[in-house]
Parts: sequence; structure tokens; C-alpha cells
Amino acid sequence: MQSLTNRSKVVVKKEMTWMEKIYLPAILGGLKITLKHFFRKKVTINYPEEKRDIAAVYRGLHVLKRDENGAERCTACGLCAVACPAEAITMIAAERKGGEEKLYREEKYASTYEINMLRCIFCGLCEEACPKEAIFLTDQLVPTFRDRADFIYGKDKLVEPKDAPVDISKRQTAEVKEFKTHKQYTHNKL
Amino acid sequence: MLSPALLFTIILIIVVFLISLVVAMYSTYGERKVAAFMQDRLGPNRAGPFGILQPMADGVKMFMKEEIIPQDSNKWLFILGPSIAMLTACMASAVIPWGKGLTIDGQFYSLQITDVNIGILYIFGVVSIGVYGIMIGGWASNNKYSLLGALRASSQMISYEIAMGLSIIALVMMTGTLSVREITEQQAGGHWNALYQPLGFLIFLICAFAETNRTPFDLPECETELVGGYHTEYSSMKLGFYLFAEYINMFISSAVISTLYFGGYNMPFIERFVSDPNLVSIIGTLFFFGKIFFFIFFFMWIRWTIPRFRYDQLMNLGWKVLLPLSILNIFLTGIVMWLMGKVN
Repeated sequence: MQSLTNRSKVVVKKEMTWMEKIYLPAILGGLKITLKHFFRKKVTINYPEEKRDIAAVYRGLHVLKRDENGAERCTACGLCAVACPAEAITMIAAERKGGEEKLYREEKYASTYEINMLRCIFCGLCEEACPKEAIFLTDQLVPTFRDRADFIYGKDKLVEPKDAPVDISKRQTAEVKEFKTHKQYTHNKL
Repeated sequence: MLSPALLFTIILIIVVFLISLVVAMYSTYGERKVAAFMQDRLGPNRAGPFGILQPMADGVKMFMKEEIIPQDSNKWLFILGPSIAMLTACMASAVIPWGKGLTIDGQFYSLQITDVNIGILYIFGVVSIGVYGIMIGGWASNNKYSLLGALRASSQMISYEIAMGLSIIALVMMTGTLSVREITEQQAGGHWNALYQPLGFLIFLICAFAETNRTPFDLPECETELVGGYHTEYSSMKLGFYLFAEYINMFISSAVISTLYFGGYNMPFIERFVSDPNLVSIIGTLFFFGKIFFFIFFFMWIRWTIPRFRYDQLMNLGWKVLLPLSILNIFLTGIVMWLMGKVN
């Protein structure tokens, strides 16, 4: 049989020789190996002080985008919540009143929008499902808290601040945008 | 008013006690660091610089934990178990010569708490009582895992104590004394017993691992089979005492190994460079502690290298290998002594 790797060895059940039976040479060999590891460079990354390089298209904390006029793009269609395999997203839709055009882009908006970061698996399916280009994943990490309630992120934390837009150009390249317009692809079917 | 000699002894007892505790405390830290380093990790490094406050944090945690005494356990024996383990662990340090001695105001004070002329027997006796701590604790827990751990501990101790004792007999034949201090003094100038008794040393070392319940002989605890072994039912500081006793035992075993086989506080050639006897003594003590720390490291080194023995292998090794070997060692020692004309 052909082996998958060239490292496999056929096990031979033979009587141990006297040298093998006294174990001591084998133990010394083992001690040598562990001592070598003792002085080897450690692989640990001291997290809060050191951070690992993450990919440009890393899927971290979500952001709810505003359009170029500063109005929220989300229309509370619920597609992200449907797409979410972890059922982390909940929202309540509301109708836009007169005079709120500056705040919300379309007639319907999400009055509450919550993502439970303890449930979220950061798969990015919400982002793929969104027809309004409203939700994106960023390269930010979710911080740690001592209370479970703190992990439920509401609109106050998710919507990007007006004066400090979050850059999502890495995740929303022209190709991605183009791809999303083709509704015939199974990926983009509802 | 206490006599100066008595006062010095009391101070020495307190100092030795504190040193044992501190060394045991930092052995837990050292163990975790050594384990981590050998697995290419960093180990505890959050509490204080390099994590050196970690043992304190662990101690506080142990004290703050809820103390549970199982309802069906024998309460007195349940408490007695860890007490005996801790007590015997601390007792063995009494006959170990920590240094040559200090001369203060023209009077000589020995750096050994007491020089009983049967020092080795005393160490053996105290260490053997240590197994009662495990046995009583395991039995009193009223838990089958604890009981199995206790049974293993007792049979293991008995099997290995014999080989250990016989390996010491060869040493005693050679040195002609049971006093630990005299054995140390005879090794002055680099005549380490390990060089004359390599086989005896090897047997003693293996048995020391078994006596302290360290890997590869940690069958009484044996997390993978017996949950926690004899201390399955223990919590809070009573568990802490068991774990702590193991580290003190490790420290004492290292001290005994260095004393009996590696010259104790004797440092070769030190007299050529330093003339002040007090200074020589202090340097010797530091050298002794260097050896002890090496052996503590060796205990950990072995733990993170070798897997645990199977129970039948353990018994095989104890009765069929170490026991005949130690008897052979006695014969060999006798023959060599006879050939060299040391016996008549």
C-alpha cells in the first residue's frame, strides 16, 4: 500500500535487545530532546502586548456602515439574521418618519440591531447576505468583558461614528461589489 | 536565658523550615516554567515580573477555595491525612547538614539541626511515615479512586523502599557510618560517593523518584486513570498540603541525594582561594543548594520527558530488577572492599 507521507514506519514487534531493555539510553535520548526544546525559541505570543499579524481581509468585529451622506444603510430586511448560522443577530424594524431622511437612507430602518458576540462565529455570511452593503466585518477584535451582557453589541457600538468612518475597502473590493450584483449565482440567491 | 547553642539551633530550625517552604513554593512555579519551556511555551508570566508572584496567587487561591469534607468520609482521618503528609515532609530536613558550621565569637555552631548517629535511618523512617498520609487520606475519602490511589501508593512505597534501603547499605558498608554528617565529611575533596557507587546511586535515584511519587512513578495520582488518585476528594488547602508536601519531599530528596552521593556542602578546591572558615562554610552551603536545585530541576526534567509506567511494569522494575541489582551491588561492594583490604 502506498503511504500518504514518506514518514510512516512499519511497526516491527521484535524482542528488545539488552541495551533497549535497560531503557537508560532511551531515557537519556529523551532528556536530550527535552533539553533542546528548553532552550528553543518560544512560540507563545504575549497577546495584549504583542499582536499577531492578521490578514487584510480578517473577519473581526462588525460595523454597520453609513452611506456617503451619513445616513444608515441598513433597512432591517433581516437577511443577515436569516443567513447567520449561529443565530447571533436580532433586530427590530421601524418606519422612517418625516424629517429623518438625514438619519436613515430608506423608509425602513432597524430601530434596534443587536449582535451577540458570544454566539457569533465571525463567518461573514451576514456580510455576504446584505443587499444594502450595510454590514461589514472589520479587522478589530472583540475585547473581553466580565459580564455576558456586555457581549451583546447594540447599535451604539455597531454603527460607525459619523466623524470617523470605518475603512472596509479591503473587504469590499470592486470585484466583490461586482460579484454581488449578479443575482444568478447561487451564492447571491435568496 | 537560652544558651547561645540552643538559640542558634532554634533559629536554624526556623530558617530551615522557612527555606523548605519557600523552595517548595517556588518549585511549583519552577515546575510550571520548566514544563512550559520544554513544550516551547512561556509559562506563567503575568503575576509580577516573569510571573514570580504566581506562587502567592496560587496560595491565596488555595485558601479561598471552598473546603469540602465528603459526608461519608471519616472526618478525623480525612484531616489527618494531609497533616501527616505535610508534617513528615518537613521533619526529614532535621538531619541534613546544610553546611559545615559557623564560628561566632570563638564558638562553633554546626549548620545541622541535629547530628544523630543514625541519621540515615531517621530519614528513612520519616519518609516511610509519609506514605501513611497518602494511605489514610485515600482511605478516609471513601472513594474508590482515592482508595485505588492509596493502594498503589502503599504497594509502590513498600516495593521501592526495599531497593532503596539495600542501595544505602552498600553505601554504609563503604563509609562505615550512619551519620549523615560523617558521610558528607568523608566526601571532602571531590571524593563523591556517586563515583564509587554508580550502581547504588542509580538505584537510589530511581527509588527517590518512586518515593516522591514523581513521574514516571506517579501512579498514586495518575490523573488519566484515577481522576486525582488519593487526593480526588480533597479541596482547598488540604489539597494544597498534599501537593505542597510532594514538593517539599522533592526538595528533601534532592538534598539527600546531594548529601549522600554528591559531596553535600563540600566544594573542591575552595580552601585554596578563601581562607576565612565562615566564608568557606557559606560558599559550601550555596554550592550545596546549587546541587539541590539541579536535582529539583532534574526531577522536573524527567517528569516532562518520560511517560508513566504501567502498574505491572512498576512492580516488575521494583521487585525483579532493582531488588536483585541492589543485592548484587552489596556483593560487589563487599568484594571490592575485600580485595582492597578494607575488611579483615
